[in-house]
Amino acid sequence: MVISGVFIIILYYVLGNVVSALTGHLIPGSVIGMLLLFFSLVFRLVRPERIRQVAEFLTGNMTVFFIPASLGIMEQWGLIRSSFTGWVGVTFISTLLVLVTSGLMQDWLMKAGKRLSGRKR
Amino acid sequence: MENLIHNVPFMLALTLGSYLLGVWVKKKSGLSLLHPFLICIPVIAAVLKFTGTSVQFYIGANKMIDFLLGPSVVSLGLLMYDHLETIRKHLLSILASVFTGSLVGVGSVYFLCRFFGLDDLFVRSMEAKSVTTPIAMDITASLGGDVSLAAVTVILCGFIGTVFGPLIIRMFHIETPVAKGLALGCSSHGLGTSKAIELGAVEGAVSGLAIALMGIMTAVAVPLFNMIFPI
Repeated sequence: MVISGVFIIILYYVLGNVVSALTGHLIPGSVIGMLLLFFSLVFRLVRPERIRQVAEFLTGNMTVFFIPASLGIMEQWGLIRSSFTGWVGVTFISTLLVLVTSGLMQDWLMKAGKRLSGRKR
Repeated sequence: MENLIHNVPFMLALTLGSYLLGVWVKKKSGLSLLHPFLICIPVIAAVLKFTGTSVQFYIGANKMIDFLLGPSVVSLGLLMYDHLETIRKHLLSILASVFTGSLVGVGSVYFLCRFFGLDDLFVRSMEAKSVTTPIAMDITASLGGDVSLAAVTVILCGFIGTVFGPLIIRMFHIETPVAKGLALGCSSHGLGTSKAIELGAVEGAVSGLAIALMGIMTAVAVPLFNMIFPI
């Protein structure tokens, strides 16, 4: 049933929004909804096959959902134009720095963890 | 004529059609660096200019597509559940790596903006660029930055990570699926995650988790960082 899958996902979005509002909007409803759905699946409150079809459609097409907001660049063009090179430069370097440091850190920690647990044996 | 163009179905068809055109051109050209956005955004912008449609009208008419971003973030919960074991096994290292990523993100924007001579409004609007749009907008508002500039920067950031991420991952020998997914989720939120899902299921799951953790940790890291380095 597609509709029950849609309903469950929207319901968790609503729940996420409620929790987000109660906690002063520190974290957006969609992210809280994701964590609530995750824990509900872990604790068997929701059966994964109920939502799989809808959830996989949504996560598989996320790129498309970013398109309308991307056109916001046309509105912001006046502000960005004068500092375009700097704006792109900062975003480019910073994004790749985050990518490299977090990825290498993760690889390194996992290797170190393996060595540590290897020694215990 | 006016009414045949300035309506919701036309604007929805424009979005989906331009995206499919971008995907088609990418496939035909065989260039992996040619993201569909590079075709699709200019095409939409050109059609809007040509038909005299305002961007506000376009975005309003595409609310339906824009809305699906929220439910798709919620759906990442299933992806994480599918890889529960991997996440449980590496939770501590994932937390440490995401925290490193959020500090590097905030710090690098602060110093690079100074280096490139961008004014404080840019610093305030860009510090939260690596996190998912709604969190980035909230953090930016609390810093007194420009919320729409932040939203556009978030997308640019996602775009850069998606296009150059796989290349950089190979160049720096980031090896494990967990690390690849984490790197893409940390640096490029949902757009990075869509790339991570293409790389593999574990990559996608860790990337989804990284979006949530990165958002939460950056919300904490930004005020802390600015206490030491005031804007």
